[in-house]
Amino acid sequence: MTTLTRARKRLFSNSLNAKSARAGILFVLPAVALLAMFLVAPVVLAFSLGFTNAKFASPNEPEFVGIENFTELLSLGQVSVDADPSDPNSAYDNLRDLTKPAADTPYAGMQILNESFSEDGTKADFTLAGDALFWKSLKNTVIFALVIAPLQGGLALALALLINSKIKGKVFFRTIYFMPVVTSMVVVSILWIFFYQKDGLANVILDNLIPGYEPIAFLTDPNLALPAIIFMSAWQGVGFHMIVWLAGLQTIPGELYEAATVDGANKWQQFKAVTWPGLRSTFVFVLIVISIQAMGLFTQVNVMTQGGPLDSTTTVVFHLFREGFRKNEIGYSSAIAIVFFILVVLISIIQRRLTRERD
Amino acid sequence: MKTKLSVGLVLQYALAVFFMLLFCLPLLFMISSSLKDPQAIFADVKSWKAFFPVGDVNFDQYLGVFERLPMAQFVFNSLLVSGVVVIAGLFVNSLAAFAIARLKFRGQNSLLVFLIATLVIPFETIAMPLLVLVNSLPRLSWEDGSIEITIGWLNTYLVQIMPFIAGGFSIFLFVQYFKTLPKELDEAAIIDGASYFSIYWRIIVPLAGPAFATSAILSFLAIWNAYLWPVMVVQTEALRPVQVGLDYFWASTSEEGTQWGEIMAYSTLITLPILIIFVIFQRAFVASVASSGVKG
Repeated sequence: MTTLTRARKRLFSNSLNAKSARAGILFVLPAVALLAMFLVAPVVLAFSLGFTNAKFASPNEPEFVGIENFTELLSLGQVSVDADPSDPNSAYDNLRDLTKPAADTPYAGMQILNESFSEDGTKADFTLAGDALFWKSLKNTVIFALVIAPLQGGLALALALLINSKIKGKVFFRTIYFMPVVTSMVVVSILWIFFYQKDGLANVILDNLIPGYEPIAFLTDPNLALPAIIFMSAWQGVGFHMIVWLAGLQTIPGELYEAATVDGANKWQQFKAVTWPGLRSTFVFVLIVISIQAMGLFTQVNVMTQGGPLDSTTTVVFHLFREGFRKNEIGYSSAIAIVFFILVVLISIIQRRLTRERD
Repeated sequence: MKTKLSVGLVLQYALAVFFMLLFCLPLLFMISSSLKDPQAIFADVKSWKAFFPVGDVNFDQYLGVFERLPMAQFVFNSLLVSGVVVIAGLFVNSLAAFAIARLKFRGQNSLLVFLIATLVIPFETIAMPLLVLVNSLPRLSWEDGSIEITIGWLNTYLVQIMPFIAGGFSIFLFVQYFKTLPKELDEAAIIDGASYFSIYWRIIVPLAGPAFATSAILSFLAIWNAYLWPVMVVQTEALRPVQVGLDYFWASTSEEGTQWGEIMAYSTLITLPILIIFVIFQRAFVASVASSGVKG
């Protein structure tokens, strides 16, 4: 009797397990199919197209070109040529002999990335690159990420601490600080184009603050366009990270602060001993999210500057878009995408390592 | 001691107000300028008037936008695309999450690991290959009263919707939430002979309101504000979503002298409703963002 019940029970639970397994697979199927189609397949495609000369909507079959895209993208060179001090063009003429596509040198087809002339004008040093625009894009992207990570992350933490303090109207302030986050980057970019104009708001404010100030058109100045985009981007996104910091602050038990106060710790000591250690994992998250977002800088550039003036705001993703979408060079663009992906993964790994080691 | 404290507090309020101005004045400028003539916008920029709808306030700029552009069509496009993505996404992702969190099947754990791995792939990496892919996919189209199969998804609603329905992060959020619900709920229902789908539909879904709200908010904002993908796949004006429409409008008028009044009216039209929804539901918005920090 008892064995029979047990057997029946097992039979019941077996058929239940089988049913559960069937339902489980059926229920995950739509999501898995969509992800396979629109996420996994494109990743695989990126890694294969990157090794071809594929062009968008071209009748020709793409050809396998090995690592050619990557050598063009990543190659760098350093070369010195003689120059005639009386003829400023002589250095470039001499360089052209080395870099013309038919030249039998390692520099054939390369572009000037950087140049410097010796004092007496008889020698010129050139840094060459297979794709000078890529290196400029990479440089701008890295500068953007390195500046905006502490700027946006730090300001977000300051705002979170401010809201978490004793002031009244927390919800009100939090709501206002968050407003730019729900505003689209296209709207923000166009709004700030107006602010950054010669007769725009930024110049009016600076004019009131600084005596004898000369108005500047920020976005057409090669030295100021990228800083202007950095400031605007920090303004737009800081509220998001403020909320993440606030969530982190709320996980720190209040007793720790009470204990610190009893021990006679001042505000700064409390922050160092209680708050900051308690925000460790939040810090890692904020840093990684800001860096990855920063690496993907695109919308602001495409709306505001198109990479200019003088390539001072071109970025990796903008370059990828320009090659793939504007010039239809899908193969080359995919190679940029692969390099971009590796960079992003490396950054997250390095940041995780660096922040973990200190534990 | 007491005076020192209050000095600190005054400083905190001063900072709080300073940042309040920093974050809301640009948006106030946008809204106020949308109600002024272009000459007034430039005249007001030198004073506090820039941030308030004062002087000759009118809706001419809004009328101008609707006259110049198929604005209603743009708004419809964005609402349709984001609406379908949100609703289909909530269903597909929560159903998958239900299976992962509450059913037993082979490969369940590796599936979760795979989903978390998908989170590290930035969309920028796959944008170009995805463009190649969708350009070669077949679809059903309506031509002269009969259904035909055509190749290529460019310039359709389909291409704006399909890639964004399933999302690893959304599934992950649902899994986290569903795991907090008591297991006895399912067991009782199984004894009553309920199917797994009706457990999902009648028991789990009604209990998971906050998870649905979070996922809906994050995906709506992402689609409403989307830019890179629609710029690549939509050239037809009739199918343009609002952000791309604004970018085209801005780029097309910058040659003949930018119509700043109308630009501000367009910007306000697509931003103010979102800001109002945000202010009403700000608690849910804040919870959504805070939950995105959980994965770190």
